[in-house]
Amino acid sequence: MIKIITFLSTLLVFVFGSAYADPKKVGFIYIGPPGDHGWTYMHDVGRKYMESQLGDSITTTYLENIPENADAVRAIRKLADSGHDLIFTTSFNYMDQTHEVAKDFPDIKFEHATGYIQADNVATYSARFYEGRMIEGHIAGHMTETNTIGYIASFPIPEVVRGINAFYLAASKVNPDIKMKIIWVFTWYDPGKEADAANTLINQGADIIVQHTDTYAPCQAAQKAGVYAFGQASNQEEFCPDAHLTSIEDIWGPYYAARAKAVVDGTWSSGDTWDGMDKGMVVMSPYNTKLMPASLIQEAVNMEVGIKDGTIHPFTGPIYNQAGELVVPEGEVAPDGMLLGMNFYVQGIDGEVPQ
Amino acid sequence: MNLDLILGILQIVLIATTPLVFAGIGELVTEKSGVLNLGVEGMMLVGAVSAFIILVITGSYFLAFFVSILSGIIMSGLFAFLVLFLMSNQIATGLALTIFGIGLSSMLGKQYIGTPIDGLSPWFFVIFSFLIVFLVSYFFYKTKAGLILRAVGESHNSAHALGYSVIKIRFLSILFGGSMCALAGSYISICYAPMWQEGMTAGRGWIALALVVFATWKPERVLIGAYIFGGVTILQMNLQALGLRFPGQFFSMAPYVATIIVLVLISSNKLRIKLSAPASLTIPFYKGR
Repeated sequence: MIKIITFLSTLLVFVFGSAYADPKKVGFIYIGPPGDHGWTYMHDVGRKYMESQLGDSITTTYLENIPENADAVRAIRKLADSGHDLIFTTSFNYMDQTHEVAKDFPDIKFEHATGYIQADNVATYSARFYEGRMIEGHIAGHMTETNTIGYIASFPIPEVVRGINAFYLAASKVNPDIKMKIIWVFTWYDPGKEADAANTLINQGADIIVQHTDTYAPCQAAQKAGVYAFGQASNQEEFCPDAHLTSIEDIWGPYYAARAKAVVDGTWSSGDTWDGMDKGMVVMSPYNTKLMPASLIQEAVNMEVGIKDGTIHPFTGPIYNQAGELVVPEGEVAPDGMLLGMNFYVQGIDGEVPQ
Repeated sequence: MNLDLILGILQIVLIATTPLVFAGIGELVTEKSGVLNLGVEGMMLVGAVSAFIILVITGSYFLAFFVSILSGIIMSGLFAFLVLFLMSNQIATGLALTIFGIGLSSMLGKQYIGTPIDGLSPWFFVIFSFLIVFLVSYFFYKTKAGLILRAVGESHNSAHALGYSVIKIRFLSILFGGSMCALAGSYISICYAPMWQEGMTAGRGWIALALVVFATWKPERVLIGAYIFGGVTILQMNLQALGLRFPGQFFSMAPYVATIIVLVLISSNKLRIKLSAPASLTIPFYKGR
């Protein structure tokens, strides 16, 4: 009953509220095109969800393919100058640019994805993708036959390093012989280069490809070579049905809708949001029943449940760094501060994080 | 290192380098005739998207490549019309062509993003890329027509005085460049990474432009330059995957650094660059002077 009343009153607010108030303008800065079927695509799905939820009380704009350099300042400023009330900058390396513009526009609210510095009018938000990496690692540990995992990494930022560590910790737990081969491609978006990296890893014996870049080229390369792969950011099964085990999906819609609603209502305040599976911000794509045994799928689903209720944490001690120093003691979990600034590999991973 | 691994690396290098060879050799012919076309990236993208769309619609690889090359001819024809007949500035027009190509390809391809296709085996094109380089080299140095084309690039006034149609020869050279760039693009979207994504050539057109200078306008050296670039890129990936403790940025940078070093070495000798660059490059030709 209460739900129905809430719904009706919300509806009334929308019907009447939107008739009187000017629609708020919400802008997005995208690093790639919304059609990458990866990172930017999912932000755009979130934007559309926000539109569908808030109806006429907002209008949205996006600027795509904005490089992470001085151009970003120009793009963000353009949105700010054209009367936007809320601006989402959806890549880590927009950090300085977002703050630079935000200083000049104290009345405009900014939201910086995957960032860690807040200001009065700059909030940050991210998803705990590493929870999904843990499940991927667990699956990979069981599915690999060559005990070699190929990992395509983009830029050495904590977000990516955290994913590698979470993956390895889970994979090595079920399969201590596992080896990780990591290629840093220093791009988010270059289908050709991503495919080259995947083929190089497969050539070196990897039979599972993990990617932290934005297109489905690696998954396609895996399909062609007859090995397995995990998709990235959105469900990529249709592009590589015989390789795709699962993907980590980023679900931004509810967050975007809530934040835009707060601007409409005038209740927006800065802060830091870092949600995971429990809040539905990170979701696993349907597990591939053709490729994975039912028992393994069940284990993965159980892990999801455990992560959601807090009984499982991907960074549960003891965890050692490469030098053999204990960084997370037994029985404890890594604090968010350590996760946010993670710039080291855990013990067992070869090579070093490019600095 | 076993043999399989090395053969595997070689395969990846060949597949990754082929689009650079196509675009590089096309641009080289254009520049040899005395025209600098900075629209390589744009023509590649339009070529990539048109091949992809035609493949999705008709399912015919032949038609896909045919239409793609046609798109390159149209794009470069537009450029040729502007710079040869309206005497517009080549550098500005070329840049505009790239920007136009990026936008046009995004617009055309919007609804085709994420359409799955069956990729085509790259090997025919890999072999063809070698063949075309040697054909161009033969054309330049063993045929009369090649000599005339080079003469037009060196001194259009002399060529004109001898009775050769400078405009016609440049027009054809530009069209050849455009069709090669489109072929490079369609190879990327059909063979190399079979998909359509906006801006998927990711700067390869600019690398092709640098390769022409790197090659000091000699066809075989385009091949060598492209393989140095592609080889270093793939080699650094292999070293990374082997877990060598080397800074990854250095390796990602390495192909570009190698290019710059060679460029510096070439241009340190002013005479050498003067001798090899087509003397009439970027200079518009006014008939009747």
